Amino acid sequence: MLNSRIPAGPLEDKWTDYKGHCKLVNPANKRSIEIIIIGTGLAGASAAAALGELGYKVKTFCFQDSPRRAHSIAAQGGINAAKNYQNDGDSVFRLFYDTIKGGDYRAREGNVHRLAEVSANIIDQCVAQGVPFAREYGGLLSNRSFGGTQVQRTFYAAGQTGQQLLIGAYQALERQVALGNVIQYSRHEMLDIVKIDGKARGIIARDLVTGQLERHFGHAVLLCSGGYGNVFYLSTNAMGSNVTAAWKAHVKGAYFGNPCYTQIHPTCIPVSGDHQSKLTLMSESLRNDGRIWVPKKQGDSRRPSEIPEDERDYYLERRYPAFGNLVPRDVASRAAKERCDAGYGVGTSKQAVYLDYAAAIERYGKIECRKLGIENPSADVVRKQGVAVVKEKYGNLFDMYEKITGENPYEVPMRIYPAVHYTMGGLWVDYELMTTVPGLYALGEANFSDHGANRLGASALMQGLADGYFVIPYTIGNYLADDIRTKPIPTTDPAFEAAEKEVRDRIEKLMNIKGKQTVESFHKRLGKIMWDKCGMARNEKGLQEAIVEIQQLKKEFWSDVRIPGGINEMNPELDKANRVADFIELGELMCKDALNRRESCGGHFREESQTEEGEAARDDNNFQYVAAWEFKADSQWELHKEALEFEVAKPSQRSYK
Amino acid sequence: MEHYNMNLTLKVWRQKNKDDRGQFETYQVKNVSSEMSFLEMFDILNEELIREGKDPITFDHDCREGICGACSMYIDGRPHGPWHANTTCQLHMRAYKDGDTIVVEPWRAKAFPVIKDLMVDRSAFDRIIQSGGYISVNTGNPVDANAIPIEKDKADLAFANAACIGCGACVAACKNSSAMLFVSAKVSHLALLPQGDPERKDRAINMIAQMDKEGFGGCTNTGACEAVCPKEISISNIARLNSEYLRAGLTIDK
Repeated sequence: MLNSRIPAGPLEDKWTDYKGHCKLVNPANKRSIEIIIIGTGLAGASAAAALGELGYKVKTFCFQDSPRRAHSIAAQGGINAAKNYQNDGDSVFRLFYDTIKGGDYRAREGNVHRLAEVSANIIDQCVAQGVPFAREYGGLLSNRSFGGTQVQRTFYAAGQTGQQLLIGAYQALERQVALGNVIQYSRHEMLDIVKIDGKARGIIARDLVTGQLERHFGHAVLLCSGGYGNVFYLSTNAMGSNVTAAWKAHVKGAYFGNPCYTQIHPTCIPVSGDHQSKLTLMSESLRNDGRIWVPKKQGDSRRPSEIPEDERDYYLERRYPAFGNLVPRDVASRAAKERCDAGYGVGTSKQAVYLDYAAAIERYGKIECRKLGIENPSADVVRKQGVAVVKEKYGNLFDMYEKITGENPYEVPMRIYPAVHYTMGGLWVDYELMTTVPGLYALGEANFSDHGANRLGASALMQGLADGYFVIPYTIGNYLADDIRTKPIPTTDPAFEAAEKEVRDRIEKLMNIKGKQTVESFHKRLGKIMWDKCGMARNEKGLQEAIVEIQQLKKEFWSDVRIPGGINEMNPELDKANRVADFIELGELMCKDALNRRESCGGHFREESQTEEGEAARDDNNFQYVAAWEFKADSQWELHKEALEFEVAKPSQRSYK
Repeated sequence: MEHYNMNLTLKVWRQKNKDDRGQFETYQVKNVSSEMSFLEMFDILNEELIREGKDPITFDHDCREGICGACSMYIDGRPHGPWHANTTCQLHMRAYKDGDTIVVEPWRAKAFPVIKDLMVDRSAFDRIIQSGGYISVNTGNPVDANAIPIEKDKADLAFANAACIGCGACVAACKNSSAMLFVSAKVSHLALLPQGDPERKDRAINMIAQMDKEGFGGCTNTGACEAVCPKEISISNIARLNSEYLRAGLTIDK
């Protein structure tokens, strides 16, 4: 059994007690301790800034040309915090409870409660940094609601909350660079972890511009490298998002937690053809005001405007009256798939449902007319006023939709379909965010810890910043306090040499295959296997087939991939090949994990495990545990279990009806 | 929306590395769908080049949602191509018709040296931010988020300026390669908020100094930057930057 090292005591006192008793590193000693941070999204940038402020010597690495471009930037909707500014019944406990329940009772109580506790500090910190959250006319902060909750606790900045939060963290990071506390390496990719005496002591990185390999020492290494949704090829992730840093750590001894837990987001722009390189999310915030429907008649090919109200099936409102269009993401995604599979889908592909703003435009229009004292307004006037309100709330999202599809969403309902968005699984970490390799930490989406089997909307940003600003500054001290006598280890150490040689050999091996098929074509094929057999619904037969197909694909990749160009130069195809090779190995583990988990929970829907109404059926007797996989050898893993105990939020069948 | 396919001629800037002189190469791309994005058209061309044993075209891109600011193509003489308020990744092929010729170059500015083909080095922007584009507040220091009310209009205006994605289109469009729009957006974002007030004088002076040091040119108010900005950052910010800078110069106690 794995030890999660959750402090003893009542749930609400654990974090306070921990902070009161953990070891500290005095300021003079901090100056001689070096910390390496991989990734500069919300988790990485906030950790780098916070640790730099404390006086540690920090190095950050990102593959993008600037830390500000990490994919946290694309988060649209918002960030949760238990501020209860709206006086609508929110509290730390309720945020904790919603998150545990939303995660389908597969997350740790201790971690989640800590997350809820520090959530309020995040908003204070961001406002102080100049993050321009939306405000009311009185000058105070505005909130909206997200899926899986019944309170308004989401703070937002139009449809670009991630960008504003990341710029806040990036600016804090750049300040530390200017002060000399942080050195930043852009266009660099981590290609291995260096372990000395069992502890993480550095990395091998590749300068993507020159192709040169570099060795960097650190007393500790933090992986803040994001999620692995791109294993599906098509996802809402950025093109460069990858699992490589986490995978290298996994191969070097860090267990991988719940790899099969992936989030399929219900509101994305549908696939338009084989050329598609990525999918674009339409923020969950749109479900606040939009209504989701399909025609009541199968294969109805009329235009949406020609379908009268009583021939529309608002299936979320019908099936889940209590939460309606604001059910959690996993529930909404499966319901959309169910309708489309049953032949009610819309659009040319029939793999889409409508997200309709006509009712919201009318509702807001009427309110505006009342405010303005317009009596008996015509339909046109109501519409005009309503469109203006919707534009202010969601304008940039509507513009984006129109650019991609060529359709005006103020006039015709948007077409949406679920797409891979987030991975709840990730490197297994204990309460202190340390992996099973001492000195190696994982923060943000890169770890598995806080969202269980399904993440609620507006919680990813919260977790990234909680880990970086408010958790790691305490927990890392508890480890480094015992390391103050460790002098920097020269990178001529044999461990560094061996790790660099391993990386070099692998790159040369890849370049020497000189096969016929492009990296992209392998990635597409892997994505198709994963989507078809380890996607929104999984079954035993499909998963077993997928494992065989992926093993086959791996052989083919290592004997027939074609990578143009050279090693010691800017070579994006080589970078991609390195990443796809890791995705292939990860894909196999994801299928193994999904196969092992013979229950439905959250984003993981096993067809063999459902209720009579087709809802997911969890199996707490057999699967109330975290699956942590230890890498043994090529295609071989050993399963370790961490039992989950619920002392406060007692597991029940999730109901949003 | 009617879908159609087209054949196109592309003239693309190829440059092996920063020391190479570089030249245009011409490519024919066939059966491009009007539903593709501009970068997906490049993906298809690159796949073909790789199959033919040639070197694919290097370009910056990441989120492909118009928000990360990585993509940076100078298309037919205009950063990010023909659409208003748009990034290269969000440009879609229905902007073109069968038989069109499209010329694609990298950003061209002394402060943005070419790394390879269409990819340039924009680290100068990071260094400008390092010179003062932040509010000095350590983690854990702040007061409650609602302790200081901020006028909604001001907060909205600060947000409009914070929407800058740091892509560098403003620099690429400017005949002087000036970075004034970028710097003015950051200075305005922070100067408009009460939290940014204590450092506003130093910020304006130091960021301008760093901008000059990086080799960006001066502003001659042609407005080309505003016209191509994907996030519609207003040129009135440059006036605000000038006034911030002047006032700082006249009143700073240093």
